[in-house]
Amino acid sequence: MVTLGPFLKRELRLLARQKADWLNPVLFFIIVLSLFPLGVGPEPNLLRIIAPGVIWIAALLSVLLAAERLFKDDYRNGVVEQLVASRQPLLAFVLAKLLANWLSTGLPLVLLSPLVALLLNVDMPSFIAMLLTLLLGTPLLSLLSVLGAALTVSADKGGILLALLILPLYIPLLIFASAAMEAASMALPYHGQLAVMLAMLLFALALVPVAVTSALKINVS
Amino acid sequence: MRAIFPIVDSQRPVIKHQPFSVPVGQLLLQAQSLSCIRQDRVLFEQLSLQVHAGELLQVAGKNGAGKSSLLRLLAGLATPDEGQLLYCQQPVADVATDYAANLCYIGHQSGIHEQLTALENLAFWRAAAELPPADDFALLATLGLAGLEDIPCRMLSAGQQRRVSLARLWFSHSQLWILDEPFTALDQSAIAMLQQFFLQHLTCGGAIILTTHQPLSMVYDGLNTVELAYRW
Repeated sequence: MVTLGPFLKRELRLLARQKADWLNPVLFFIIVLSLFPLGVGPEPNLLRIIAPGVIWIAALLSVLLAAERLFKDDYRNGVVEQLVASRQPLLAFVLAKLLANWLSTGLPLVLLSPLVALLLNVDMPSFIAMLLTLLLGTPLLSLLSVLGAALTVSADKGGILLALLILPLYIPLLIFASAAMEAASMALPYHGQLAVMLAMLLFALALVPVAVTSALKINVS
Repeated sequence: MRAIFPIVDSQRPVIKHQPFSVPVGQLLLQAQSLSCIRQDRVLFEQLSLQVHAGELLQVAGKNGAGKSSLLRLLAGLATPDEGQLLYCQQPVADVATDYAANLCYIGHQSGIHEQLTALENLAFWRAAAELPPADDFALLATLGLAGLEDIPCRMLSAGQQRRVSLARLWFSHSQLWILDEPFTALDQSAIAMLQQFFLQHLTCGGAIILTTHQPLSMVYDGLNTVELAYRW
């Protein structure tokens, strides 16, 4: 049985050495959200109305920004190929990539949410909904972007292909997450939306790691 | 690279060879009438070969003759367009996990991450080989990399990177090694050391399939060569 620990340690070490890989998407998220009040005007009610959609679109795009380089280095230097040849450790490698991707792109968004709430004048009930949707939604974003990165790893300029492939899969998440936040701002229950998001997350969690290993196998053969 | 610190014999890693799963002299890997087509060009067809435990098979041929493609087929990374591959007389597809566990494939790319140090790269490959973490200082010193363990591999020369990449063989428990151009960028002394190490692996019952353009200087009974012709 291959243990996940050393693989995760390697990914975290690489993130610590290649800070631009995860800092750029996080900075992008903050910059987009701080530009919105300047662009649409500082009208508090207007900001509150557009906040759910804006926050989630910024989150989607920033995660997408981090996705492209996920497997690129390891594909180029032969690590992926040699792991495919030895079969067993490939799944642990993929799981470590997934976890490291969420820790470096999803978790910072969750941690930054109080700042975002201030920037866009989000009230307390909506803020709690935002926190919950980000907690449930960002792991799903990571899962889907790792899948997209694995499928496009051998494409030279895979960036736009990756976006075309993955953005449609993000749409259900976008709809339910912003619906949950909207419901919260109107003091309506939003358990239903959260439950759907959780279901999507669990479904992806079960299928995506296997799909990623197959995608990597196809790309090296 | 000259070792900065003198190496005492007691520092040298002791290689403990477990008995391999296939006894010496028995058929380990068999290819039956393999064909490989790349971009509408037939690289080879009707290619059959056998590798027994304790044998070294050198795949020779010009650039573009299909040596790497053959090695990738043998490593199970690609499926042959025709023919089949047998591991211990069973189709590789049926025993894929067993075969992969008994195989160490080091391809054309080194398999080391440039941002990680030699020690960190080796720790990763140890984990991938399901081995417990260990101190690789002595191993790297044997390979002439003393003092370079802690700097990112992108700072190392091509030959030194190749040494880091091949260091994996020293702790590998796999019986069959498939190595694509292992001597690339290595200096004469490293090539000699590597061949000495190959000999040790072979006499312990291991098997090696490799490609190289350099003639092997080792003297051993079980050396075989397959020559691939370049075809248009």
